[in-house]
Amino acid sequence: MSRYVIKRLVMLIPVLIGVTFLVYFIISLSPGDTAAMLAGEDADAATIEALRHELGLDQPVIIQYARYMLNLLQGDMGNSYKTGRPVTNMIVSCFPNTAKLAFWSILVAVGIALPIGIISATKQYSMFDNVGMVVALIGVATPNFWLGLMMIILFSLNLGWLPSGGSKGWSSYIMPAITLGTGDAALITRMTRSSMLEVIRADYIRTARAKGVPEGKVVYQHALRNALIPVVTAIGLQFGSLLGGATLTETVFAWPGIGRSTVDSIKTKDTTQVLGNIVVLTITFSCVNLLVDILYAFIDPRIKAQYKK
Amino acid sequence: MAQKNPKDLILDIKDLVIHYETDDGTVEAVNGIDIQLEYGKTLGLVGETGSGKTTTALSVLRLVPDPPGVIKNGSIFLDGKDIMNLPQKELEAVRGHLASMIFQDPMTSLNPVFTVGDQISEVIALHENCSKKEADEKAGDMLEVVGIPRERFAEYPHQFSGGMKQRVVIAMALACNPKLLLADEPTTALDVTIQAQVLETMKGLREKFGSAMIMITHDLGIIAEVCDEVSVVYAGQIVEHGTLVDVFNHTRHPYTEGLFGSLPNIEIKRNRLSPIPGLMPDPTDLPKGCCFAPRCKYATPDCEKARPAKKWLSDTHYVRCSRYDEPNFKIEREDQ
Repeated sequence: MSRYVIKRLVMLIPVLIGVTFLVYFIISLSPGDTAAMLAGEDADAATIEALRHELGLDQPVIIQYARYMLNLLQGDMGNSYKTGRPVTNMIVSCFPNTAKLAFWSILVAVGIALPIGIISATKQYSMFDNVGMVVALIGVATPNFWLGLMMIILFSLNLGWLPSGGSKGWSSYIMPAITLGTGDAALITRMTRSSMLEVIRADYIRTARAKGVPEGKVVYQHALRNALIPVVTAIGLQFGSLLGGATLTETVFAWPGIGRSTVDSIKTKDTTQVLGNIVVLTITFSCVNLLVDILYAFIDPRIKAQYKK
Repeated sequence: MAQKNPKDLILDIKDLVIHYETDDGTVEAVNGIDIQLEYGKTLGLVGETGSGKTTTALSVLRLVPDPPGVIKNGSIFLDGKDIMNLPQKELEAVRGHLASMIFQDPMTSLNPVFTVGDQISEVIALHENCSKKEADEKAGDMLEVVGIPRERFAEYPHQFSGGMKQRVVIAMALACNPKLLLADEPTTALDVTIQAQVLETMKGLREKFGSAMIMITHDLGIIAEVCDEVSVVYAGQIVEHGTLVDVFNHTRHPYTEGLFGSLPNIEIKRNRLSPIPGLMPDPTDLPKGCCFAPRCKYATPDCEKARPAKKWLSDTHYVRCSRYDEPNFKIEREDQ
């Protein structure tokens, strides 16, 4: 098992190289002169040229990238082109906000999705199931930013119950967490339902019933654990992308998170900041995936046996 | 006809009718089956795939999936308990304790995420007032009874072969000494050599625990080996019933004759077996008269008019074939 984890962590290196390489080149291909933009509108050609040389932007892109990677290996993500301060400063201040929001959102999502998915599956085609699935369909189809805006209009503007933005105090978490959570909940509900439906018809569930296992235990012990693999996958993917920053929702609620920081940096061609954010995003996403894979082994002994090989 | 004393019956099923109601039509799976089984005896249910054997067995534990399965009519008494009107809680106490079931496919009938030991000890802990430790201990004993070393208690089903899995299922079914064992084609999914092993194990255990058994199969050889009585099922009805000798040596129903005719016989070497022509009737659209009439070489136009009633030939033997209303009617198969 530990060998498997180490192998997966080593595999993170090529993933990081690939991702940073792609991002670096896409940014370098995008139109606009970084040096001119940074020097300001009034700067003369000499100043711009000096700045370009200082930042190393006069070198070929491949050399720039190699230099960046060498620094990164030493743990130096460079300074932000825009603020001149270390890129890590921004990440350290933004990432915890995103992580906290991601945690509460996924909690909302799982809290709604698992019970509804399970009950829908055990009472297939009942009123509860039909209503639940229609609501879930609406949930999947509703854009997060729209839901966020509607909630701001209702709870902040009209009722004045909740702050419309920022990250001060627990009340500011409610709307963003619900906005993000409900969208994910819809997806996880459908996943839970279909996975449970498949398992609940399995022969071993009939065996459990034939043994006289009470119905509740049949559903929550015998069936649920078998149905969890796709559900955990879905939860992991959703949580990973939440940790990468929910750009739209963070923008709507003026949430000082990593998603908004990335978008702002792209707009200003702050290459180092974008890259720094992307590196953090890649690492967290990969780690969440790894955690999900490790979790599989605890859910299903057959997968654990595979890891041992 | 012979009415058995209700006190001697572990299982008494009367006029059982079960339909599967789907959007594509109603499948008439079981159409008036009667079973009377005495304590300690073994009944063989033999018939083609889809003839309603499994559905009948499932109904004894009220495990017919609902929806789409609906029990339309009939009564089921198991050890004097009215199964049809038993509340859920008492039903759970019956399942696995008073009567338990062995399923057809051992590959899928064990839960992949629990150890085999836990799956056996679960049923013991459920029905016998004992601690988890005692249940585990007894589960280990049961593993040894079916010939699996106790050390493999903590292994998962995927670490077992098909034959071993089926023995685990058998250990699970017998763990609480049930009075009735429902064995639904327990050897169909296994290799012939393993089949013999599993059958031997089952026979030995049944004698040891004194359980009655319903053996569902389409293998007449198995029936001959383990059963006291035989019911031949066709399209959800018992077309011939009797003791092993009645059905094997004094065969009366044309369908039973067809079953024997399609077996290879080492003494009469023929190039071709003689299968029963045609297919089972569509269970969503059963004929009005005798369901076997369209395939029966003895059928007359009268056969298609009404379902034949039971005709008792002796105290133990009945047949559903209206041709026996004629005094001189005989099928080709000779009495052995």
